[in-house]
Amino acid sequence: MLAEIGQFTLAFSMVVSLLLTLIPLYGYYTKNDSLMLTARPLAYLQVIFMLTSFLILVALFVIQDFSVTYVWRNSNSVLPIRYRVSATWGAHEGSMLLWITIQAVWTAMVAYFSKSLKQAQIARVLSVLGIISLGFATFVFFMSNPFLRTIPMPMDGNDLNPLLQDIGLIFHPPILYMGYVGLSVPFAISIAALIGGNINETWIRWSRPWTNAAWAFLTLGIVLGSWWAYYELGWGGWWFWDPVENASFLPWLAAIALIHVQAVSERRNAFRGWTVLLAIIAFSLSVLGTFLVRSGILTSVHAFAADPTRGVFVLILLAIYAGGALFLYGLRANKLRSVGGFQLSSRETLLLANSIIFITACFMVLLGTLFPLIFESMGKKISIGPPYFGTMFFTMMVPMVVLLPLGVFYKWQKDDINRVLSQLLMPLIIATALTIASWFYFDKLNIKATLGLFAAYWVFIAAVTFIKQSKKLTRGLWGMQIAHIGVAFYLFGVSMTEHTDFEIDALMHPGEIKVVKAYSVEFKGVKKEKIENYDAFVGHFVVSEGNSQVAEMNPQKRIYPRRGNPMTEAAIDAGFTRDIYISLGEQINNQGGWAVRIYIKPFIRWMWGGGILMMLGAFFASTDRRYFRHAKKLKQQNIEAYLHS
Amino acid sequence: MNKTIIKALIPLAIFLLLVVLLYNGLGKNTRLLPSALIGKSIPKFSLPSLMTDKNISNKTLNGHMYLLNVWASWCPNCRIEHPMITEFARQNIIPVYGLNYKDTDAEAKRWLQQFGNPYNDILVDIDGLVGIDFGVYGAPETFLIDAKGIIRHKIVGELNPQNLKNEILPMIDKYK
Amino acid sequence: MTPTRKKRLLAVVLILIGVGIASAIFLTAFKENILFYKSPSEIASGDYPKARNFRVGGMVKKGSIIKSTSSLEVKFMVTDYGKDIEIHYTGLLPDLFRDDQGVIAIGKLADSGVFMAEEILAKHDENYMPPEVAASLKDKKDYK
Repeated sequence: MLAEIGQFTLAFSMVVSLLLTLIPLYGYYTKNDSLMLTARPLAYLQVIFMLTSFLILVALFVIQDFSVTYVWRNSNSVLPIRYRVSATWGAHEGSMLLWITIQAVWTAMVAYFSKSLKQAQIARVLSVLGIISLGFATFVFFMSNPFLRTIPMPMDGNDLNPLLQDIGLIFHPPILYMGYVGLSVPFAISIAALIGGNINETWIRWSRPWTNAAWAFLTLGIVLGSWWAYYELGWGGWWFWDPVENASFLPWLAAIALIHVQAVSERRNAFRGWTVLLAIIAFSLSVLGTFLVRSGILTSVHAFAADPTRGVFVLILLAIYAGGALFLYGLRANKLRSVGGFQLSSRETLLLANSIIFITACFMVLLGTLFPLIFESMGKKISIGPPYFGTMFFTMMVPMVVLLPLGVFYKWQKDDINRVLSQLLMPLIIATALTIASWFYFDKLNIKATLGLFAAYWVFIAAVTFIKQSKKLTRGLWGMQIAHIGVAFYLFGVSMTEHTDFEIDALMHPGEIKVVKAYSVEFKGVKKEKIENYDAFVGHFVVSEGNSQVAEMNPQKRIYPRRGNPMTEAAIDAGFTRDIYISLGEQINNQGGWAVRIYIKPFIRWMWGGGILMMLGAFFASTDRRYFRHAKKLKQQNIEAYLHS
Repeated sequence: MNKTIIKALIPLAIFLLLVVLLYNGLGKNTRLLPSALIGKSIPKFSLPSLMTDKNISNKTLNGHMYLLNVWASWCPNCRIEHPMITEFARQNIIPVYGLNYKDTDAEAKRWLQQFGNPYNDILVDIDGLVGIDFGVYGAPETFLIDAKGIIRHKIVGELNPQNLKNEILPMIDKYK
Repeated sequence: MTPTRKKRLLAVVLILIGVGIASAIFLTAFKENILFYKSPSEIASGDYPKARNFRVGGMVKKGSIIKSTSSLEVKFMVTDYGKDIEIHYTGLLPDLFRDDQGVIAIGKLADSGVFMAEEILAKHDENYMPPEVAASLKDKKDYK
């Protein structure tokens, strides 16, 4: 019965999306205020139905209704309750339901926090969001419905993929989707503005906090995903340039470009067209990511089950949204000409350079991801090795970090390059000195690591100098500095991890000691244990530095009985300056010899810490007073206009 | 159209190219591989039966048209198509045989006990070698084999009302 | 030239330089990191990149896995049911590495005809087969 209610509310919500698409937009064209006024209530109604539907699916997992095919396929009676909840979005159907639920949540938030917009504006924005909801809700209802039943009812479920039985999976997808879907807000605002044919600074100012928030969620989602891959896949890597990872990385890069260009177009009448185009690109890449992940078109470690029919549907959605948006953009091109002038030596130029660098990087990642497809259409099977992305990305980021502090210190419109350089002279000297010191301290780093460290110091000190110089910083400026300091931490972490890490694969017997860098790792042996819903071989290692013990570590080899497959569970001793990472291979011989992999990962946590700082910076910037002050003023104007009419 | 508009439509053109590429790629990696064995005789085999202690060979089954359903207890989609198979077997149009693929006897028997056994007999292919000869790509798959032992049709994935009505039933009429 | 023109020219030049550098990086990075996929049959007929890494895929031949008991060395055969190829690898194996499992190995072909793998990939899901492997197995069946 519950499943049927879930089904109904899903259908209702789909109908509400249809109404939300049609009525306010029709009201806008016929200048009918009462029709436009339906936009907000419809947005709230949509989120109520969607949330009910989603919570019902969660409930079905919790009460273990195995007559529901999706529940039965992705859980079983021995699954702990926390994973029963997260199993809701552990496979295709449920994760799509989560996606449209989050879409409805964003739509409702836009409806709620848009008191400052004129009726005609908000009606259009919500209508565009309605179209997006409608497309995906149709997809879920007809092609990926999680509420369908299996008859006769199976006794027990099939089990959740063991890889996904993990704390990381509980949070990673919802947060990542908050980011993906959140990008639909600046998209909808841009389209609404294009429909009206007038992009003024109100539109752009109003879309900035939304873009920041969406990007912040995306950042956190990617950080969590990277962290999850690091400890769960057992290979010690934190980023694999896998198509599915790239799918989340592409909109992230485009959104960075968007955020920086918005900074210009909000204040000055410049780059308006470019802002709109970037907003379209960022959301289109979100949808493209969904397509790549769900259609099985690319080979990936963690793609969802391949299904070409679903792929066609998502491709059609992508074609409608992105194609329609780009077409509209083309039609309105005449009205997007910028008039504001600026000198070459100005902050505008640097921010433009930023957006070009990030879009180019984005394009290159996209090319690398899609190249196997292009080759396949010529009858050749290839793949692109991760070093392609590494080399390319490194080179793209060199000019980016060199210019970053300049962009922060440059003034709008026109500035003297000598003034800026004289201000940045001290940071440059300090960064150089620190780099040289680090080079000796860390015992001769290679060239890439050295450059990376220099970049980290340069960005960090420039940001600190900026904070010290300014008498009073707005929240927007604070957010910017925090995010840039995050960039510095990330650069430091990644340079150290990638270039000074250490790895050995070894055959170890009980009692044997391996010396790894400054540590000695003693293998005590392996025991077999039964834990929760799996059996495990548990290794026992003692790590010491000099004469003092640092950690006892217990990597596992798990066997999940329902699926019968082994799974590696690494043991990690996390630290401020390094992680020790041990994973257990398989038993090699009868003398208790096991294959063991040991890594030392210097400063790896700094990398994720940097990501967290970037996220915090973006959130903080989106709470800047000016967005609210402006909102208040507009509200006042609206009231006055109303009174005078 | 003026120059600005044409320039502004460049992103759209690039995007359309991308869509064409993606659409092209979609068909390529599809899991629905056509079988090269259609129209050819079934491979030679001799496999134990799950129910009796007899061996069943490819010759044993000749003489009448039948459906061969490849399944396993570990395969989620087999459970989904099971009601379809049961219903089809109940109608007694042609006999249905099972090929238990890469499974254990105990698990397979437990599965049948739970969901019912619609099969006339079940061949046990523990290591999946006969499955490979049949070109089995994964479970479930269903083969339609005529009285001479020639494979007439193959369904990759679940048997459902659509492919039963549009593919299997017409093929049965054609080759009976 | 008017200042606007001058500015525009400069912008165009800058963008061209940027695009130029970017494509140069792209092409080198791309050329060095493109990995071809070859099936055992293709390798047997001499169709494989010499002196550089490539990927080979197929099924692990039943009973062909020989694991050393004194080191992490592993030898096994990968087959596409037409031809086989011997693969040597030292290190930890993926969790789902076993008989009759689709695998992809990355490495070079030695003069002896043995494929020296640097990396072995198997999927995380027992129902999955890498698409390339599936396609090359299918090709083989077509010729049978």
